[in-house]
Amino acid sequence: MSVQVLDRLSGGEVSVDPTAVAPARPDEELVARLRAGDAEAFGQIVRAWTPVMLHVARAFVSSHASAEETVQETWLALVKGLDTFEGRSSLRTWTFHVLANIARRQGVRESRTVSVAALDGTGGGPTVDGRRFRGSEDQWAGGWRAEAAPRAWGPEASVLSGEIRGLLATALEAVPARQRVVLELRDVAGLDAEEVCGILDMTPVNQRVLLHRARAKVRQQLEDYYTGKNQEQP
Amino acid sequence: MSTADAHSHLPCQTVVELLTDYLEGALDPATCARVEHHLSLCPPCVTYLDQLRTTMELVGRLPADTLPPDALEELDAAFRGFHPPPAGP
Repeated sequence: MSVQVLDRLSGGEVSVDPTAVAPARPDEELVARLRAGDAEAFGQIVRAWTPVMLHVARAFVSSHASAEETVQETWLALVKGLDTFEGRSSLRTWTFHVLANIARRQGVRESRTVSVAALDGTGGGPTVDGRRFRGSEDQWAGGWRAEAAPRAWGPEASVLSGEIRGLLATALEAVPARQRVVLELRDVAGLDAEEVCGILDMTPVNQRVLLHRARAKVRQQLEDYYTGKNQEQP
Repeated sequence: MSTADAHSHLPCQTVVELLTDYLEGALDPATCARVEHHLSLCPPCVTYLDQLRTTMELVGRLPADTLPPDALEELDAAFRGFHPPPAGP
């Protein structure tokens, strides 16, 4: 786990100054503070890591409540295991491995593992409705049909209103689990590709395929919303 | 790879499937050049790319999810129980 990632994530809700100089050994310092009973440091990592952990857990288990229990159990494992933590990986990497193990076990208990694989969604199929493109008989085969080409959404699309928040939440729920967790880790939690591949144990190619499919699905929901809205106007 | 190859026609339907790879810098240089050439000539595909970016940007602003307050309190209590601070002077 890179110092950069640890640094970025330890920022939690506050924005992190990217030019800030990280301490030489942030992880050793963190572990030392925790072992010394620094409840404030513990609160900080709980706030910073829990959102990402919930996304990861949700990839393995069947409900949000179950994901919360998994994350809670992971934090308790960290609290109890802190004194025996050997520092061979960073505390954060270790925590995510513990989380993945607990979540996998819970997923098996919920018979979720099979369905996750089935919903993998890496398989073929275009991400944009083929009817929006000109057919093979056309001189411009594969080009957008004039009436079906994407139209700009306008300035309102940059506003994250309550309505759009709700729409995005619903859209994400409808995306197959593995695609969703990749999008959540990359675009919601802001992890980099390498780290997501490590946590979810997948290849870079697979990661990009899942990410693209998820982004395309959510984009389509937004397009349906903005297009419908513009048509309502006279 | 000649310039003609680099600019050979890629249909929109193919381009839209390459855009995440494009944004990730994962395309080989020749394919990347063909995608960029296509984008320079095709406003609807540029719109599609902009909309993918808007999508990423909007989901990136979703509020962070966390544990319920009672669970957080329980964790705090567990931490303080297992790792009491050293006794003060």
